[in-house]
Amino acid sequence: MKKIRFKQHSVMPGFGLTMGYTLFYLSLIVLIPLSALVFKTATLTWARFWEVTTSERVMASYRLTFGTALLGAVVNAFFGFIVAWCLVRYRFPGRRIMDALVDLPFALPTAVSGIALTAIYAPNGWVGEHLEKWNASGLRGSLEAWYAPVAGWVRGDNTGWSSYATGLVPPDLEIKAAYSQLGIIIAMTFIGLPFVVRTLQPAIQELEAELEDAAASLGADRWQTFRRVIMPVLFPALLTGFGLSFARAVGEYGSIVFISGNMPMKTEVTPLLIVAKLEEYDYAGATAIAVVMLVASFVILFAINLIQWWTGAHKRA
Amino acid sequence: MSIEISRISKTFGKFTALRDVSLLVPDGELVALLGPSGSGKTTLLRIISGLEQADEGSGAIKFHGNDVGGSAVGERGVGFVFQHYALFKHMTVFENIAFGLRVRPRATRPTNAKIADRVRELLRLIQLEGLEKRYPTQLSGGQRQRIALARALAVEPRVLLLDEPFGALDAQVRQELRRWLRRLHDEIHVTSVFVTHDQEEALEVADRIVVMNQGRIEQQGTPDEVFHQPANAFVMNFLGQVNLFHGRVEEGKADFGNVALSPAANTGGTGGQKASLFVRPHDLDIRKTPEEGKPAMPATVRRVQSAGPVVRVELEDALGRSIQVHLPHERHRLLKPVPGEGVFLVVKDARMFVDDFSI
Repeated sequence: MKKIRFKQHSVMPGFGLTMGYTLFYLSLIVLIPLSALVFKTATLTWARFWEVTTSERVMASYRLTFGTALLGAVVNAFFGFIVAWCLVRYRFPGRRIMDALVDLPFALPTAVSGIALTAIYAPNGWVGEHLEKWNASGLRGSLEAWYAPVAGWVRGDNTGWSSYATGLVPPDLEIKAAYSQLGIIIAMTFIGLPFVVRTLQPAIQELEAELEDAAASLGADRWQTFRRVIMPVLFPALLTGFGLSFARAVGEYGSIVFISGNMPMKTEVTPLLIVAKLEEYDYAGATAIAVVMLVASFVILFAINLIQWWTGAHKRA
Repeated sequence: MSIEISRISKTFGKFTALRDVSLLVPDGELVALLGPSGSGKTTLLRIISGLEQADEGSGAIKFHGNDVGGSAVGERGVGFVFQHYALFKHMTVFENIAFGLRVRPRATRPTNAKIADRVRELLRLIQLEGLEKRYPTQLSGGQRQRIALARALAVEPRVLLLDEPFGALDAQVRQELRRWLRRLHDEIHVTSVFVTHDQEEALEVADRIVVMNQGRIEQQGTPDEVFHQPANAFVMNFLGQVNLFHGRVEEGKADFGNVALSPAANTGGTGGQKASLFVRPHDLDIRKTPEEGKPAMPATVRRVQSAGPVVRVELEDALGRSIQVHLPHERHRLLKPVPGEGVFLVVKDARMFVDDFSI
């Protein structure tokens, strides 16, 4: 059994000091406020807690929030990868400006993002009006006729997890961006993009171009080089970006309230439900839902960390 | 597999990396591309491999008589070894070596058992059996480079290309590894080209040496040829230490200030031109007194360093030029020069190059 040594000698002194400060700071800033959440929730009985956190409307909001956040994070992981790759690997005029643009979703107040997105995707907005045209077009009608058997099958199973799929691609092929689940995904994608790009950039920078040369000289084609050489190296960073983007989307409130339409059971996200409870002075109810979200988020992020730890085996070896 | 390069040029923007280079690498030989950084040697190697393309319309590259200019790096059947190994860090040693076999199209891909056999055979060849489960970060630099070599050999390349393969290693490992590479080449006889800026390495390992400078080939030949009959001042200067004297050639006679030329020296030249005289430190001898009838150059001993295979003596002549002399230890014991002592230098051998022609 190896003895665990806390003290390690290094050039920079002060393990005791920094560790003490870390503990104090984390407690003050993170743990104490979160524990207050738990204490407030504890004023409820178990039965009441269960009732509040598993009511039909709340359950729908969990599914909506985590489902859309997941989809948003997947979209971000894919397109964020391309953006990061392009910004790191190529030199072109305007690259620095594009690089700065990536950070804008960080900087904008989320309510501003929400208003901007709504203005574009609402039925009278720039993009929304074209979607309206599509909804009214004959092409949609004829496609729908062809699509009908599938649509019927999907509609018949319109419960549980599959309801996201049906929400995302309505069986009747009507595309509504604002005031729909699609709108929520758009908002979540918008605010989550910087997380993926910023975590991937340093990893791509570190990736030696020689590795690609080596793979090519050994006869690997582009796809094999990407899948077997590039992707495994970048995967941990991509996963971190995905996790951060997902976590940010789960907690997003400001931009979503504008674009989602906030219809109970359909487009009402959990953070909004919490705010609604607060407005009704139901503090314990609000914190109860918050605790459930917190635990769920923690479990998911922890799982992502575990996967990362597992895929990074060669670094510890 | 012979490699035939004819009239290749390569420019990067305004920088010309290769100017009209032609080269023949005979089948089964180990050839060194030797030159200072920026001489174009790595560019030439990358063009041979297909990782880089020569300028449009310039020359051709043939492997065994077949033009490979149009085929991609993966189709040329080359094994490439990089200076910084370029091993796949997320793969074990086994998977690194097996990579080239695993990415083959299904039709030509060997079975897992065959791949395992081949990897084991290669591990035996590079004398690293038992390390197949390790990751590259757990290995020393020398071991990593041998793994990189095995990975390149796994696909049975027709040509092996090595880009400064020992450049990232420390001196002792480097020596060991280059001797090992020489023995390995004698075993497997695959046509090989390696790039180096270390003349000692090139002289020790290669069958033939190609000396490059500023995108051109200055000389090619066996190590003996390039060392003993350098074609020009650059080659002379680059291959080993030299003492350089500037002077001028007048009607068949060379005048290098007070440098004394023995009759053996090469004094070919036309007339009235500036010329440079190169004398290797081991081609100078020290005398306490000038021999009668023979030219000798007075100089003062500045520093004597007797640790090492030869005794290094630093002297200064009447014009204040610093001169390096390497004496065998027996000779040093006989002479015992001490700093401050006045002695005479005798040139045993020297080479002269008229300046227009070189540097």
